[in-house]
Amino acid sequence: MSSTRTISFSLNGALVTADVKPHHNLVELLQTHFGLNGARESCGQGLCGCCTVIVNGRAVSGCLYLAQFVDGADVTTIESLDADGKLSPEQEAFIETGAFQCGYCTPGFILMIGQLLDEHPDPDDDLIKHYLSGNLCRCATYPQVIEAVKLAARKRKGN
Amino acid sequence: MAITTQGGVKVGAQIGRSVPRLEGREKVTGRAEYTHTMRLPGMLYAKVFRSTVAHGRIKGIDTGAAKKLPGVLYVVTIDDVRKVISDPYYGPAFHDQPILADGKVRFVGEPVAAVLSADPHVADEAVQLITADYEELPAVYDELSALASKTCVHDRLKPAGTFADLKHLKGAKDTNLALDYGLRRGDVDKAFATASHVFEHEFRTQKVLHLSFEPHATIGDYKDSGVTLYTASQGPSFVRTEIARLLGWPENKVRVKVPFLGSGYGSKLYIKLEALALALSMIARRPVKVALTFEEMFYQITKHPCTFRIKSGVDNDGKVIARKCEVFWNGGAYADIGPRVTQKSGLTASGPYDIENVSVDSYAVYTNMTPAGALRGFGVPQLAWAYESHTDMIARALKMDPVLFRKKNILREGRSHPTGTIVRDAAVEKVLDRLADRMSWSQPLNRGTGTVRRGRGLAISIKAVITPTTSVAIVNVSADGSVALHCGTIDMGQGSDTAMAQIVGEVLNVPAESVHVVQRDTDVTPYDMGTLGSRSLFHMGHAVRRAAEDARDKLEALAREVGEPEGSNIPVPALFVKRYGMQAGNIIGTGIFKPDYVPPAAATGLSENVTAFWMVSGAGAEVGVDIETGHVKVDKLVSVLDIGKSINPKVVDTQISGAALMQLGFTMFEKMHLDGGQVINASLADYKIPGFHDVPGAMENLTVDTFQSNGPFGAKGVGEVATFCVSPAIANAIDDAVDIRLMDLPLNPETVLRALRAKAGKPLEDA
Repeated sequence: MSSTRTISFSLNGALVTADVKPHHNLVELLQTHFGLNGARESCGQGLCGCCTVIVNGRAVSGCLYLAQFVDGADVTTIESLDADGKLSPEQEAFIETGAFQCGYCTPGFILMIGQLLDEHPDPDDDLIKHYLSGNLCRCATYPQVIEAVKLAARKRKGN
Repeated sequence: MAITTQGGVKVGAQIGRSVPRLEGREKVTGRAEYTHTMRLPGMLYAKVFRSTVAHGRIKGIDTGAAKKLPGVLYVVTIDDVRKVISDPYYGPAFHDQPILADGKVRFVGEPVAAVLSADPHVADEAVQLITADYEELPAVYDELSALASKTCVHDRLKPAGTFADLKHLKGAKDTNLALDYGLRRGDVDKAFATASHVFEHEFRTQKVLHLSFEPHATIGDYKDSGVTLYTASQGPSFVRTEIARLLGWPENKVRVKVPFLGSGYGSKLYIKLEALALALSMIARRPVKVALTFEEMFYQITKHPCTFRIKSGVDNDGKVIARKCEVFWNGGAYADIGPRVTQKSGLTASGPYDIENVSVDSYAVYTNMTPAGALRGFGVPQLAWAYESHTDMIARALKMDPVLFRKKNILREGRSHPTGTIVRDAAVEKVLDRLADRMSWSQPLNRGTGTVRRGRGLAISIKAVITPTTSVAIVNVSADGSVALHCGTIDMGQGSDTAMAQIVGEVLNVPAESVHVVQRDTDVTPYDMGTLGSRSLFHMGHAVRRAAEDARDKLEALAREVGEPEGSNIPVPALFVKRYGMQAGNIIGTGIFKPDYVPPAAATGLSENVTAFWMVSGAGAEVGVDIETGHVKVDKLVSVLDIGKSINPKVVDTQISGAALMQLGFTMFEKMHLDGGQVINASLADYKIPGFHDVPGAMENLTVDTFQSNGPFGAKGVGEVATFCVSPAIANAIDDAVDIRLMDLPLNPETVLRALRAKAGKPLEDA
């Protein structure tokens, strides 16, 4: 098959290198080279949000994002959020509101909500639904996710 | 005696407490492990070459080019499989499914060959190089025409006889009928002759599927000394039994491990990819992973499409005196658990009503489509769709209020259900009353303005739990007083680990949060029939309670043995030290549960004890229908359930809203479109599921105050119960809004607009 290329990038704050092929996507790269399984491929079309990864500060669909494109980039995954052993406000809020069932889509939601709250610290229901419309949950925990977003927003403000 | 664990801390009641899910931290940090993302050292990846025809004889399979591709290690067909497994057929009800197509293909997407490589992309590419030559045969797709057709999906039926309640299945030839269940109570024909009104309708449901976000995945790791399967399964005990049977091995050489499940909804029950993963690992003598893509799930398992002909005789007072039900279940090419869906749902096909004369015929039918199995309701959502639409149509024709008409006919406590089983702990009336109250049924409704017309509707239903089934549990108290629970129930998101830990905590007086629920592994977790049909909280809950009580009794016996006085509150760690001289030893409590049951009589289908418990639910909907576009907006969706005592109210709330929203998708838009047996929308781009914008403006998830007298701490199942009534409640609301009656699901804008235009005498042309 096609030729391998070595790329270097920042992964959750550490500089790393990996040999990748042109057809490898970001999810594969994270799973097979670094054992990071929190970004998961489900629909394979960038429609469900299970594969969400933050690249250079923006959420991307890891199943459509070619691995080679992260050469030189800053990549952040769900596994970085509790690096100090402490959960992020969004993670705490998900547990407290029971905003997940099977958990397969949960990391994608949490990363996307982090980006939502960075941009809009106090979102209303309509904005939450609109912003998160690219994240799907087959267990349909949508009502609880909205609660979790609001709770996380309050936690971020320290109350 | 009051032995205290947890350092003597007296803990409050664990039952009825919204304990946050035990596995929450692993899930929100992305560290929960799922089979689909697992890898073993030296593992090969399998990719599957699938049939492109719905029914055909295989004339040849050309694997030459695939074998030549660098990196391809094996290209496997049924001939290779047969060298390692001599009778390579599996299935829970029938041993009808070959590990790879054997001489014939029976549906588009059926696995025909598999490629193994260390690189999944190489395996994928090699699959594209395989070709197969088929002699196409006539195919059957529709459940009604399949019953009448000379074209048979299987030459001969091969019943498995695994389950006690499927023992009466017999092999047959020249038929597509995999099971017929009949119920005869009273004399329907005589009653129809005397009825003042007779109503007869036919309803249909479409083919939809589970679409768990973790697609099916299994890793087989075969060694001559034993085999280990890592698998996304809702029933590891069944997998173990079936794999042992295929190998001719004792069960103790087969180990089935289940990591977290990216949900199931019934799609990962019984045996799915496990037999193929086993065979491929035997051939390669290395671990082999079979993991489906999202698209491939459309060719694995679906819900049953169904046709339901229902006929009711009603007297002058609005009392239903006779009901005849004929239900035809489209089971696809392999029986999977279809015959069980057919029988078990057939029991309650006449609905939650007190009817003297009932006749039910429920038929499982083979067709040339993706096999159908259980999907969150075991057939009951299809039945309720029909009988609750029918109920409203009767009420409307008789000019009776739909709630009052139902009140006149519902099954009440102590009455005989049409199966002959006395109804106990089934709060049909309470559910209906609460529903009518929450829907403000006695108040006028805002009927909308302009092109949007508003209406409301409701529905109620009843289900019998799959009976009889067995659960076994082990509670292990270590010498430091900490407690582990071994149980085979799969927590695929329904919160069962947390609920089971609450039951252990309640008995042993420890916080649920401190109980460790051991990861599912048939080497260490005892038998459980399967996580299905909302059976686990009741059956496994009992087994867990008994195991915890057994451990408590043994702790008390240990205290007596070491000379503690009656009523001693010695902490558990001190008890172990007193007995063993150091922190050593275990107390093992065990519990088994299997409910009483009387199988339906062969001639009548009647039984005086057909179910361990009844599930009851109701749903109400308020909708706005745009008469120009046919678009229906669900403004309000109320679910009311009888689930007995709620063990964990927060988890219950999430289960109710999740089930109702899933059924909302099946009701409003989800549909597998088929053309010549080919699924033409097998992707998330083309098959839409509910998202944020589909959530009704107002949702209420309610339970009625009940106590299941034979349940563990008064509890019974909840997982699927909120699916039953959503579809008919919405159809009834649409009828209330715009006076059109829809007989087929889904209720998408095209269906609604066609009905509106037909009613106006200006029908749309066929697409």
